[in-house]
Amino acid sequence: MSTRLATGGRLIDHAAPMTFTFNGKEMQGYAGDTLASALLANDRMLVGRSFKYHRPRGIMASGAEEPNALVGLGRDGQFEPNQRATTTELFDGLESTSQNHWPSLDHDIGAVNQYLGRVLPAGFYYKMFLYPRAFWKHVYEPFIRHSAGLGKAPQDRDADSYEHFHVHVDVLVIGGGIAGLQAACAAGRTGAKVLLIEQTAHWGGRAPVDGGVVDGISVDAFTQNLIAELDAMENVTMRLRTMGAGVYDHGYVLGYERRTDHAPDMGGPRHRLWRIRAARTITATGAIERPLSFSGNDIPGVMLASAVRDYAVNFGVAVGDRTLVVTNNDDGYRTAIALKNLGLDVPAVIDARPAGGGALAQEAASLGIRIETGKAVAKALGGKRITGAAVCAQAGTGSVDEEIECDCIAMSGGWSPVVHLWSHCGGKLIWDADHAFFRPDPARPPLGAEGQGVVMAAGSANGALDLAIALADADYAGRKAAEATGYRPKRGRPPEAEQAGEAPILPVWQMPEGADQTLRAKTWLDFQNDVKVTDVQLAAREGFESVEHTKRYTTLGMATDQGKLSNINGLAVLSEALGQAIPATGTTTFRPPYTPISMGAIAGEARGDLFQPLRRTPMHEWHEANGAEWEPVGQWRRPYCYIQGDETPADAVTREVTAVRQSLGLLDASTLGKIIVKGPDAGQFLDMMYTNMMSNLGIGKCRYGLMCNENGFLIDDGVVARIDADTWLCHTTTGGADHIHAHMEEWLQTEWWDWQVYTANVTEQWAQIAVVGPNARNLLEKFTDDDLSAEAFPFMTWKDVTLNSVRARVFRISFSGELSYEVATPAGMGRAVWNELLAGAEEFGATTYGTEALHVLRAEKGFIMIGDETDGTVTPQDLCLNWAVSKKKHDFIGKRGQQRSHLCDPKRWRLVGLQTLDGSVLPDGAYAATQARNANGQRKTIGRVTSTYYSPTLKRGIAMGLVENGPQRMGEVIDFPMLDGTVQQVRIVDPVQYDKAGEKQNV
Amino acid sequence: MKRYSAFAIAREALRFHSGWERAWRSPAPKKRYDVIIVGAGGHGLASAYYLGKNFGITNVAVLEKGWLGGGNTGRNTTIIRSNYLQDPSAAIYEKARSLYETMSQDLNYNVMFSPRGVIMLAQTHHEVRGYQRTAYANALQGVETQFIGPDKVKELCPIISLEGPRYPVLGGLWQPRGGTARHDAVAWGYARACSDMGMDIIQQCEVTGIRKDGGKVTGVDTTKGAMDCGQLGLVVAGHSGVLAEMAGFRLPVESLALQALVSEPVKPCMDVVVMANTVHGYMSQSDKGEMVIGGGTDGFNNYTQRGSFHHIEETVRALIETFPMISRLKMLRQWGGIVDMTGDRSPILSKTPVEGVFVNCGWGTGGFKSIPGSGWGMAELMAKGHSPLTEEFSMYRFREGKFIDESVAAGVAH
Repeated sequence: MSTRLATGGRLIDHAAPMTFTFNGKEMQGYAGDTLASALLANDRMLVGRSFKYHRPRGIMASGAEEPNALVGLGRDGQFEPNQRATTTELFDGLESTSQNHWPSLDHDIGAVNQYLGRVLPAGFYYKMFLYPRAFWKHVYEPFIRHSAGLGKAPQDRDADSYEHFHVHVDVLVIGGGIAGLQAACAAGRTGAKVLLIEQTAHWGGRAPVDGGVVDGISVDAFTQNLIAELDAMENVTMRLRTMGAGVYDHGYVLGYERRTDHAPDMGGPRHRLWRIRAARTITATGAIERPLSFSGNDIPGVMLASAVRDYAVNFGVAVGDRTLVVTNNDDGYRTAIALKNLGLDVPAVIDARPAGGGALAQEAASLGIRIETGKAVAKALGGKRITGAAVCAQAGTGSVDEEIECDCIAMSGGWSPVVHLWSHCGGKLIWDADHAFFRPDPARPPLGAEGQGVVMAAGSANGALDLAIALADADYAGRKAAEATGYRPKRGRPPEAEQAGEAPILPVWQMPEGADQTLRAKTWLDFQNDVKVTDVQLAAREGFESVEHTKRYTTLGMATDQGKLSNINGLAVLSEALGQAIPATGTTTFRPPYTPISMGAIAGEARGDLFQPLRRTPMHEWHEANGAEWEPVGQWRRPYCYIQGDETPADAVTREVTAVRQSLGLLDASTLGKIIVKGPDAGQFLDMMYTNMMSNLGIGKCRYGLMCNENGFLIDDGVVARIDADTWLCHTTTGGADHIHAHMEEWLQTEWWDWQVYTANVTEQWAQIAVVGPNARNLLEKFTDDDLSAEAFPFMTWKDVTLNSVRARVFRISFSGELSYEVATPAGMGRAVWNELLAGAEEFGATTYGTEALHVLRAEKGFIMIGDETDGTVTPQDLCLNWAVSKKKHDFIGKRGQQRSHLCDPKRWRLVGLQTLDGSVLPDGAYAATQARNANGQRKTIGRVTSTYYSPTLKRGIAMGLVENGPQRMGEVIDFPMLDGTVQQVRIVDPVQYDKAGEKQNV
Repeated sequence: MKRYSAFAIAREALRFHSGWERAWRSPAPKKRYDVIIVGAGGHGLASAYYLGKNFGITNVAVLEKGWLGGGNTGRNTTIIRSNYLQDPSAAIYEKARSLYETMSQDLNYNVMFSPRGVIMLAQTHHEVRGYQRTAYANALQGVETQFIGPDKVKELCPIISLEGPRYPVLGGLWQPRGGTARHDAVAWGYARACSDMGMDIIQQCEVTGIRKDGGKVTGVDTTKGAMDCGQLGLVVAGHSGVLAEMAGFRLPVESLALQALVSEPVKPCMDVVVMANTVHGYMSQSDKGEMVIGGGTDGFNNYTQRGSFHHIEETVRALIETFPMISRLKMLRQWGGIVDMTGDRSPILSKTPVEGVFVNCGWGTGGFKSIPGSGWGMAELMAKGHSPLTEEFSMYRFREGKFIDESVAAGVAH
């Protein structure tokens, strides 16, 4: 059984016991445990179920590569599925649940799938569930969906917060094992700014577990010295629990810090995303041990040999009483020796190599451990846990020599460098046949903007598995990286390690070599997704020869561990099946992140109110307090209308429109875009930006202008005011302010960079209030002695006016057809002026009005609205705005586009007014259609509604629309088919449905 | 070709699946083909398939530089819908959607078309009006869609938050027969069916030159030798400009990386596809349980099929506001696909200045959902010289200003 040893465990504190639960059962662990080590200490071997066959699954590894031990953690707003028990630090009160089973972990109905394994090979679902057709959606797919999935989906809103850090460093070192520490030290000693990050809670990585001597002291002591030295360097920042998640272009690297996962009561953000810009990055990310492929290698109790060693040395946990070691390289002997030294039983080391191992094998033999060379495990025995192993010759077909009783099998198939981060951004790999692994090709690193290599690999991540070589490699990388960023490394020698020489590895991709179909069908490659050797062989047989095809067909490496254990073994099997060398098969693409990172961390602080923060006008609070019904417009909110008493929004709009037409209304127009364009060439520039002439606008005058894109389509409109000789103020739509400013800058910076023009978006610097209605002048005259008469202040001009003591810029312009002024004041004065004007307006029975009344008022007058009458496919000519398109100018943006044949087509849809025969309001978006159909069977459309409202002034529905050749068809009645099958008959009328002569605004 | 069925699986199970034959042959190139299609992605394979199925043209080769289905067919977010605004788009996407309905049976390959329904959220008044317009347009185009209110949105997708602090959900455009399909299977199914009709799918075969005689195509040079052909179809998405240059003309296409990601798998929690264009993100749950999330395109042209982080960040933020529960899920993998964008973001299916050369490209962010419709139209265009499905998608429309602009109704998300 799996137990805690009475003593030992370099990472745990025997004096600090902790209580946690697994599936509701209370268990004990110690501070320093991972959830995995604590579960093992409680003899919990079965911890989950596999994805496809629901096979029993035990802990396989001790780190980030774990494919099996996935649990749900926490509850309610802090529940999280699919957490690896091996990277979850234990804390007092931790709650965990196992996944993917029903009704319970030990008795899972879904496990019936494993007995159907024969009929559920790779890709079975592509060949089945075809008939009858309707069954896929209603029967087969729901069944598959429910069997698949892993953990439960969280239900609640996330109770935790997250944040982002931004840092710039000279050298980033990813990985705090001995190589990372050495590299960081070597770089740090030059004075370079260094950031060192390590995904676990401890520095040192594997080295202290594996042992050795460096510079005459134990590797553990050497590591402590490095940490102390780094700690003392002010130019070095060190962070534990921070994983290198992804490497992106130009030296941009993501770090993922799990700040409070191990201490939920600590407070502050749960995860922190480090957004690192590093001149050079060193990936000292270590190596991962490979499983061996033998029948039954997925039974709980079969574990990576290094993990068995980790649990014993780091956590004082004996995974088994009798541990059989099976290996194809010398490293497996380390586990045998470590266990034996702890007094545990190691019945044998099964070494696939006919010649056996080197010095470590001799050491094991001297401890009395039985060693069998040239042997293999034919079959692991047991169901929900290991009971023994059948041993055979590696070179044979699996005829069993003997059965060895054991309760743990420690397997070592060799090591693979962690090349993920190296590969994310284009670093290439080479196949190292001597060691049977892919390692970074130093000649083809990820490149920076100038074509320089920006990432270096160091230590075992670079293929240097030997301690002495790894240290020298890391020392070199650290110095080299610092040097590349402008620092000068001092002379010095790298640390010298003494380590036993190792005998070469024998690549073993199938155990035994000639395993038959029955054995291969129970030999797992991908433990989580249940991909077996036979599945990969089937894929190859069916022509899925590309490694990407095989991956997608079999799902090899597509589980949450992204194939950290399975990929190399899988592609070796594929290569063999295709009769080609492993490098010819290649690897699948390594994508970020290295291990999954929380969505919360990706989003960072920008959630809730901070997600696209609201922009507020100076009058925002007033609106809020006075019944505003809000409408999001861009990042602003504008009052749609102001509800009084128990009015409906429609009532309110009617009241607001009527007040404006009859007396007076006030509108907060502050959100309208305001862009200052200034400079000697500003007039010439605006003549290019607008379809009409702006350079000849007189100082003090206003002009309505249209802006098109280069294709000739209308994108924005607004009133332009000439402030002085070289200054124009361009009003844009609310939604257009930012992108029109960007549009101007794009042209200035890329096309007319030699013109002397500056632009500034001053939208938020001004509050703007529209004072609209027959009493508009009467209201303003209460506040000023300036002459506001029609003669002194005519339509389409502007003036500086002092309203009480506030200097305002007043534009006499109108978007409603009424006498109207827009009063602009510095933003800080906006609310005060608004209050004063409102107080003064009371005697006129004035009202504030919102965007909907604004729309109704303009539609009654036939004024177009960007976004309603336009949609990016409409030209000024379509809207009968030819008068605002200059014929004299030699060029403006869109001029050439408008000359293309389709844009000059006389049959284009053009602006008209629309009036239903029964006076009702046409629905938004309706199309006019004839009975004809096109070659694709679609009804022929001849027009559409662009704006439609109830007009309180005219007491009926009014609408504007675009109709094929519309202006030539005044009075004609056309059909608008409704969604309910009825037809609305609509007469084509003049778009100006109110005060055609313009008498109301010219007073 | 041996047919796939539950019975076939049971039969093979008895002999350890040793009897399965290759899904597609791996032939050596012939000297001459009636038609060569360049590009064995979904669109190229579908074009070949319908040439054979609808027009009996089977002396066809499909040439592929890498591995079939390895471009955007294998790296999209698998959404299928046809609720487009403009008539030409609605016609070809609806043709595609309707072919997806029966594709598994047609190809005898389960592509797992799952008509679970697609909602496009309306989160501003402007968007509400835009989707109402689309609903009216769709009714006249024969596309079944409906504008639904927030309550119905919540009923269809319980994990959605209707009251985002920034953009409340005001309704949505609902296409009940939209959905998803298994993207790789679409390529594999077409490849198997093409191969079965005697067509040659030649992988690892890069076209290096296009041969012409008097303004008419005569063949191609490839890394596996020269081949003659009567007609040539260029269906290579992001690399269309490169092939067009070999043929001697230019295309108004540029290439951008489009970002996508998946979460770790969880048990079923979302039965529909939801697209939120105001905040820009979309999400569905795969049959494996992963939340499949699509975002925006990088702001610069490039050919690297890599993930970049900034768009992912914006997309995830947007989706956490829309689906607060995903905050505690984890991103498993992110990647980029190269989308080929035209000036109006609609595709090009067209004859070209070179006689016998046809081009099918520019699908931008809408490629996967259109595969069968695109293939159907392309085959008709090549076989008959014209097709109502492709007529408006001529490459010459830009010269006339005859754009098919879908962004007018709703962002650019697909």
